[in-house]
Amino acid sequence: MEVRELICIGCPLGCPVTVKMDGGQVLEVTGNTCKRGDDYARKEVLSPTRIVTSSVHVSGGTIGMVSVKTKEDIPKGKIFEIMDEIRRVTVPAPVAIGDVVIADCAGTGVPIIATKDVAKA
Amino acid sequence: MKEMNFDAVIIGGGVTGCAIARELSRYELHTCVVEREEDVCSGTSKANSAIVHAGHDAAPGSAKARFNVEGNRMMGQLAQDLDFEFKRNGSLILCFAEEDMPALQALYEKGIKNGVPDLKIITGDEARTMEPNLTDTVIAALYAPTGGIVCPFGLTIALAENACDNGVEFMFNTRVEQVKKTDGGYDVVTDGGVFHSTYVINAAGVYADEIHNMVSEKKLHIIPRKGDYCLLDKEAGHHVERTIFQLPGKLGKGVLVTPTVHGNLLTGPTATDIEDKEATRTTAKELAFVMEKANVSVKNVPFRQVITSFSGLRAHETGDDFVVGEAEDAENFFDAAGIESPGLTSAPAIGVYIAELVAGKAGAAKKENWNGRRKGFIRPEHMSKEERAALIKERPEYGAIVCRCEGVSEGEIMDAINRTLGAVSLDGIKRRVRQGMGRCQAGFCTPRTMEILARERGMKMEDICKNGTGSNMITGKKDK
Amino acid sequence: MTAHDIVIIGGGPAGLAAAAAARKAGIQDILILERDSCLGGILNQCIHNGFGLHTFKEELTGPEYAARYIRMVEEEQIPYKLNTMVIDINKDKEVTVINREDGLNTIKARAVILAMGCRERARGALNIPGYRPAGIYSAGTAQRLMNIEGYSVGKEVVILGSGDIGLIMARRMTLEGAKVKVVAELMPYSGGLKRNIVQCLDDYGIPLKLSHTVVDIQGKERVTGITLAEVGPDRRPIPGTEEHYACDTLLLSVGLLPENELSKGIGVSMSPITSGPEVNDQLETSAEGVFACGNVLHVHDLVDYVSEEATLAGTNAAAYVKAGREREAGHVAELKAENGVRYTVPQSIDIRNMQDKITVRFRVADVYKDRYISVYYDGVRVSKRKKKVLAPGEMEQVVLKKDSFADYPDLKNIVICTEVE
Repeated sequence: MEVRELICIGCPLGCPVTVKMDGGQVLEVTGNTCKRGDDYARKEVLSPTRIVTSSVHVSGGTIGMVSVKTKEDIPKGKIFEIMDEIRRVTVPAPVAIGDVVIADCAGTGVPIIATKDVAKA
Repeated sequence: MKEMNFDAVIIGGGVTGCAIARELSRYELHTCVVEREEDVCSGTSKANSAIVHAGHDAAPGSAKARFNVEGNRMMGQLAQDLDFEFKRNGSLILCFAEEDMPALQALYEKGIKNGVPDLKIITGDEARTMEPNLTDTVIAALYAPTGGIVCPFGLTIALAENACDNGVEFMFNTRVEQVKKTDGGYDVVTDGGVFHSTYVINAAGVYADEIHNMVSEKKLHIIPRKGDYCLLDKEAGHHVERTIFQLPGKLGKGVLVTPTVHGNLLTGPTATDIEDKEATRTTAKELAFVMEKANVSVKNVPFRQVITSFSGLRAHETGDDFVVGEAEDAENFFDAAGIESPGLTSAPAIGVYIAELVAGKAGAAKKENWNGRRKGFIRPEHMSKEERAALIKERPEYGAIVCRCEGVSEGEIMDAINRTLGAVSLDGIKRRVRQGMGRCQAGFCTPRTMEILARERGMKMEDICKNGTGSNMITGKKDK
Repeated sequence: MTAHDIVIIGGGPAGLAAAAAARKAGIQDILILERDSCLGGILNQCIHNGFGLHTFKEELTGPEYAARYIRMVEEEQIPYKLNTMVIDINKDKEVTVINREDGLNTIKARAVILAMGCRERARGALNIPGYRPAGIYSAGTAQRLMNIEGYSVGKEVVILGSGDIGLIMARRMTLEGAKVKVVAELMPYSGGLKRNIVQCLDDYGIPLKLSHTVVDIQGKERVTGITLAEVGPDRRPIPGTEEHYACDTLLLSVGLLPENELSKGIGVSMSPITSGPEVNDQLETSAEGVFACGNVLHVHDLVDYVSEEATLAGTNAAAYVKAGREREAGHVAELKAENGVRYTVPQSIDIRNMQDKITVRFRVADVYKDRYISVYYDGVRVSKRKKKVLAPGEMEQVVLKKDSFADYPDLKNIVICTEVE
């Protein structure tokens, strides 16, 4: 049996979580104070994921950059590949929160969406 | 390689060089200032105590004594003519021990011999009545009401602008490599061209020995004497009203505590002789020394409110006096070398002296249209509400506050860039209009100021520098 | 001179939530004054996620969180002025403002809500020796240059201070291709949230060196390197522990300071611990009709708490305007922070007039394990709550209910403290 100690990143509380594992199986999650902690711990030990956020250039907008994020969490190992794609993008104004900036980022099936409104200049 | 002809070339755009330039601009002479940095006031002149000394320190009969007292006397009128910040706040030289009383008395007598007006020795209690935050260990003090404080950037930039407006040329980013004697005078060989000039004036600060030694066998030797300072928030600016010195004595040379003309509190300097003429680098040991010594004079200096610390180099000549005048064995080559403290005070007087020497030799006539007055920067913060409102109505950019700590508007930053000899870097703007000089030390206003500088100068953001070539603020556009 | 019922200084998360709450409480005449070119304050540059779990039960990025409140303000048509700097507020609640369009004006307010936020401590405040080259940034300035302006500030980076902005920037710069060599922290514990250590440092293999500080900065034009040294329990560098790091950038994340220049102008009494105004349970300062909320009051760790606090300030300011006068003082008890609790906000409670319950927020002085947070009413321990870990980087709170005071008719002091047992 394997025991892993994690800090939950599900929310700012940062609960210390203990995961008991056997092979590829999670036997028990303890220390979490909500369901998020349980979800996080199970994912983290088997296939960790993260939300990636960045900002991309906007053309013709009232401001020059718009912030973006992966709509859902993506495999941790894909972070830099995703950044490479994000880095190459320029979006035309206007942009609204939730607008898709990249439909399928780095083959994850997860879109990159805007997290800020940018009006046309 | 560019070649140009001048009547006079001044090497160094510090306060001394600029004072000489301004005085020379009175005459029908084609004059140029050669400065290795991108701006005037970039060496010793930008990092010092900002004090207009009364004149009691220097040995009677010395050049220091003469130019100090004369410079002090000139400063009030000059501040009016050139519209820079100067305040005669008075100074106190503190004595802490009975056995040092003869030294205090000697300082008083030296001052009298030097011609310092209104000096007075007062008791510790009298001193504490004037300055309630003085420590209880003060037993007496020499009071010099003519002591003052000045903005060293304001003074130097005002002199330079006025010189430039009266026809003096300024060559920046130009380093002097050689000064060669020629038939008609000198060739000043620089990395930006050769300047043929009848007269050369050496005002090269810590490098004045190197310049001098290029033409003279009577060698000078300048040791950079480093001084570290702590600058405190304006909230501490009234901790003392006068400049507080310590009598050199058993405690060593001592440090000063003074308000600045902008309302901050300044303490320092240390005095460390070093080799490297570029080593404007503070050390933990020296900063600790400043704090410790300041507390000897003044109670409860609120060092928690330090907003920045900095280091400056004084050009200490081993002969221990200013070297001012024509070099003995190099005709038409004039030195203003070894200009350490009280150099800032002395600069206007040195300027007059050197300019008269040069103009006298050249037989130069005075310009008819010379204008010795210069209007300072518009400071909306110092205006009445009505005046300020009227100004913004006419020029809205004075209504856009960029630096919140010092209340500096976009209009003032534009002025700093677009005036005569305008700023080309962030520090250049800071020295002119105090953007980023306040308690957040440019944390808030840096991005906006960079944009304004880029826009006004047609520069790329990645070319914006803090202070001179190589000090780029950003490494490029993201993602590109 | 124009006049408004409530003038809110600052259009960041605190100002926006206060405005929305004041409108909800029935005040029509509100004006928000914002110095930046858009509403939302510092959230605009906090493009990372992790905001809003308490308030909206979902995880938002900073701009998204700000947008929710901006929408409320827009929908309610609450007026605001952008690019407008307040340069003075006097005792008569006359607010002097300046901007391009209107020039210099004075606005008379019946109530003022201070929501100016905070600023970062700069290098100078730390007296770090060395040269003063380009490439030394407070983390927030670098964050703005990167996320809002779209510039990269450096390639090889050392970060001093493990506050959240520093940790977030360690990740951000790594994602943008910079090499973050180390994060150094003077204290023996991080000033940031635990989750940020995990997802910003551990994820990218960035070392965190606790009990370390920068003792020298090299490079005359641009930073070329720094020297790090370990510090002892007295937080002074230990000779012989120096380590050199080549880098072109030094980011500082060494603390935030409430920005209270204007508050001092009004003459409100200030807490030397929080560097913010002292307030009562209504979040009213010592100046009648002047309220404070958000980071100008005390530095928060989570924006959700800022919004909550600002909502209270907005509601109370509205009540003050409606009543047309100050609440008559009833039975005021002082809150005291003791034994490991550094401060409390508010600093006093009017027990007679308070709402049904009040949240008291505070921070602890050090990292404590397995300690109780206790509340004493005039020496009587009325509650205790055991915490596995308490850290200065994280804000704590206790809720005091009005009915808990019923048995204490002469209550003078409420003490909040940590205890081993």
